Amino acid sequence: MADIRIDYYPTHEHEGIKFRRGRPLPFGATMVPNGVNFSVYSSAAISCTLVLFERGEAQPYAEIPFPDEFRIGDVFCMTVFDLDYERLEYGYRMDGPFIPEQGYRFDKNIILSDPYSKVLGGRDTWRAEPNWDNIYPYRSRLAFEDFDWENDHPLETPIEDLSIYEMHVRGFTSHPSADIKNGGTFSGIRSKIPYLKSLGINCIELMPIYEFDEWENSRVNPENGEMLVNYWGYSTVNFFSPKAGYAATGKFGMQVDELKTLIKELHKHGIEVFLDVVFNHTAEGDHRGHTISFRGIDNKTYYMLTPEGYYFNFSGTGNTLNCNHPVVRNMVLDCLRYWASEYHIDGFRFDLAAILGRAQDGSPLSNPPLLESLAYDPVLAKCKLVAEAWDAGGLYQVGSFPAYGRWAEWNGKYRDAVRRFLKGDTGLVGEISQRIQGSPDLYSSRGPTASINFVACHDGFTLHDMFAYNDKHNEANGENNNDGANDNNSWNSGWEGPTDDAAINFLRHKQIKNALTILMVSQGTPMILMGDEMGHTQRGNNNTYCQDTEWNWLNWDLLNSNADLFRYAQLILRFRRAHPVLRSATHFRHYDYVGSGLPDISFHGTHAWRPDWSESSRTLGFMLCGNHAKGGTITDDTIYVAMNMYWEPLHFELPVLEGGAKWHVFANTDMSNSQDIHAIGEEPILEDQSSFFVGSRSVVVLVAK
Amino acid sequence: MKIAENIVESIAVIEVEGNIDSKTAPEFEKAAINAIKGQGQVIIDLSKVEFLSSAGLRVLLMIYRQIKAQNGKVVLVGVSEEIQDVMSNTGFINFFIIVATIEEGIESLKQG
Repeated sequence: MADIRIDYYPTHEHEGIKFRRGRPLPFGATMVPNGVNFSVYSSAAISCTLVLFERGEAQPYAEIPFPDEFRIGDVFCMTVFDLDYERLEYGYRMDGPFIPEQGYRFDKNIILSDPYSKVLGGRDTWRAEPNWDNIYPYRSRLAFEDFDWENDHPLETPIEDLSIYEMHVRGFTSHPSADIKNGGTFSGIRSKIPYLKSLGINCIELMPIYEFDEWENSRVNPENGEMLVNYWGYSTVNFFSPKAGYAATGKFGMQVDELKTLIKELHKHGIEVFLDVVFNHTAEGDHRGHTISFRGIDNKTYYMLTPEGYYFNFSGTGNTLNCNHPVVRNMVLDCLRYWASEYHIDGFRFDLAAILGRAQDGSPLSNPPLLESLAYDPVLAKCKLVAEAWDAGGLYQVGSFPAYGRWAEWNGKYRDAVRRFLKGDTGLVGEISQRIQGSPDLYSSRGPTASINFVACHDGFTLHDMFAYNDKHNEANGENNNDGANDNNSWNSGWEGPTDDAAINFLRHKQIKNALTILMVSQGTPMILMGDEMGHTQRGNNNTYCQDTEWNWLNWDLLNSNADLFRYAQLILRFRRAHPVLRSATHFRHYDYVGSGLPDISFHGTHAWRPDWSESSRTLGFMLCGNHAKGGTITDDTIYVAMNMYWEPLHFELPVLEGGAKWHVFANTDMSNSQDIHAIGEEPILEDQSSFFVGSRSVVVLVAK
Repeated sequence: MKIAENIVESIAVIEVEGNIDSKTAPEFEKAAINAIKGQGQVIIDLSKVEFLSSAGLRVLLMIYRQIKAQNGKVVLVGVSEEIQDVMSNTGFINFFIIVATIEEGIESLKQG
């Protein structure tokens, strides 16, 4: 029956290639019976030509102008027959006015990639030097979308039960010490799933994996002659295509299958996958940048333009995607739906998300349609949506990001407060009490589930470097140390950089353990940076965006040299998962609503029940009543945490336990190896049940049993 | 591309010579469908195949699905290290029994 439809046959022919009128939706190139349907939108192009290449060939084998009658509205569409799905590369030429001051930048001499292409060729192997004379460097291709997922589906773990591990695909396994076959690839991550399980995280957040060009802005490091590249990848060339160079099979064009296989395997092991997505700008730069796709297809639609036709630069990288334009908004929606349904992605972290709330003229919107659409989208209904709630244009929305009951945020205030508390700043105890509760001061109606807590992320110092450097050391980036943030809230523990001083090194490890502990006993969702569990250093560089070097590659030998840190990280992560009282979806009520005799949370100081809220205080204790776990629906152990950020040890009087329960010591960061933390269920009983001598700059965690 | 079909100890054996890519995959698919008709098990000898593209992998998967519908198994023989690597990275390898020789393949299918 199927082949009797008349639209399965061509009506037109051009240079021997057969085609017919296509369908305007969906956008992009879609495999249809006997052919491929091409559809591309441009609000202002006068005409459009489909350009076809055999894979890798210098010159196209055909150029087919869209007949006028194939344009429906502002969409050019055509179905071309008998194409080789696997060998085809395609692009478009758009003809129209070139009047930059009016926003028009058409140039029919340039072959443009399709904003909706699902695979992009041209950077198939990481750092393989491209042919700089290629007339069409980033080539749209077709993707096979028939992956066998078997029974897999997104895990839908409640967000408060996640422990996120922020990871760079190359950084994770490129170092020779990773000792695997396909280092630096999706496949490499798959080889290390046993490690992720043993660490105890249950979500990885991949730094950008949408196709970008590592050669963008590449240059030679003046210090050592090494090549500097776009390593982080916050510069999207195409939103639908996974980065081919991150796949061991990218050279065969199989990156789609390789990434899906990784995700399926992670899901089998209970690990969710978040993507760090960059919808605030593209790789096309400002008016001096390259024309790759969007600029040549519909500059005025895709970019926020000044009245003079220049590019608004709220991203700090040259241009700003016009996300609240209805067409661009739909592209973002289409894209996220595609990743959620086609790749089974569990959540998205939106880079510089405040931009997504700006109007087309750049002004902040009170009810941004894009954010609302994402929050209420049927396909994305179970996906976690996480905002980096600020941008480079000065819009800072931590606590006030338009959330629609859905959005969580990277809690930058958590990071700043915990860092300052750890380095010994005063005046922070009140704020810390809020941060460890899931920041009810910021998210009173949204709950702790709105707060992604972190102390370090890819942007800035690693946790190790936060306690080893006062200042950034970014000279190797070739920008005279002018790049990267200056407000690191770091303290070098007494010496700038590496040292043989055992006392300083002990303090640095202790501070890393302090940070991990505070993070894991805080309400909200914790996120750790890849390598922080083993003391990874970037040698004081706090902006390693261009370093495809050991500075960024995780050195797996650190598991031996910093075995105490890894053991600590493993056990504190397990502690969080073992204790639901640490993972509430709702805020504390500060009273006893289950009749246990204790309020759900109580604050303490060196005197029980009397926290020191004074300006000069550096101490805080808190107790979580186990009978109030998960809003009183689950019974857990009662947990007490003492934090002493003073430079002298202090006696903390302990709250008295009722009913014969005794305090047991789970963690004491002041102790040296093997006594600093204990396996779950093997916590030694505390001899003196009335007080604890908490070491200088130390955190203690007790469990009542 | 050359394709030969045999029955060895009542098991269908398909021998392929040449690359399996988008150009040759339809021919391979047609021959394979023919060869596995009514068969519960199949052995595919790939020792003379140097390259297997996405389209080629998909033909193998299609064969697997048809055989699996009969509760059978698909054995691949003589798969080069590079192709095994690609199949492993893309997850396709999980659907197949990989052995070095046809004899081993027959043995593994007989053991059930």
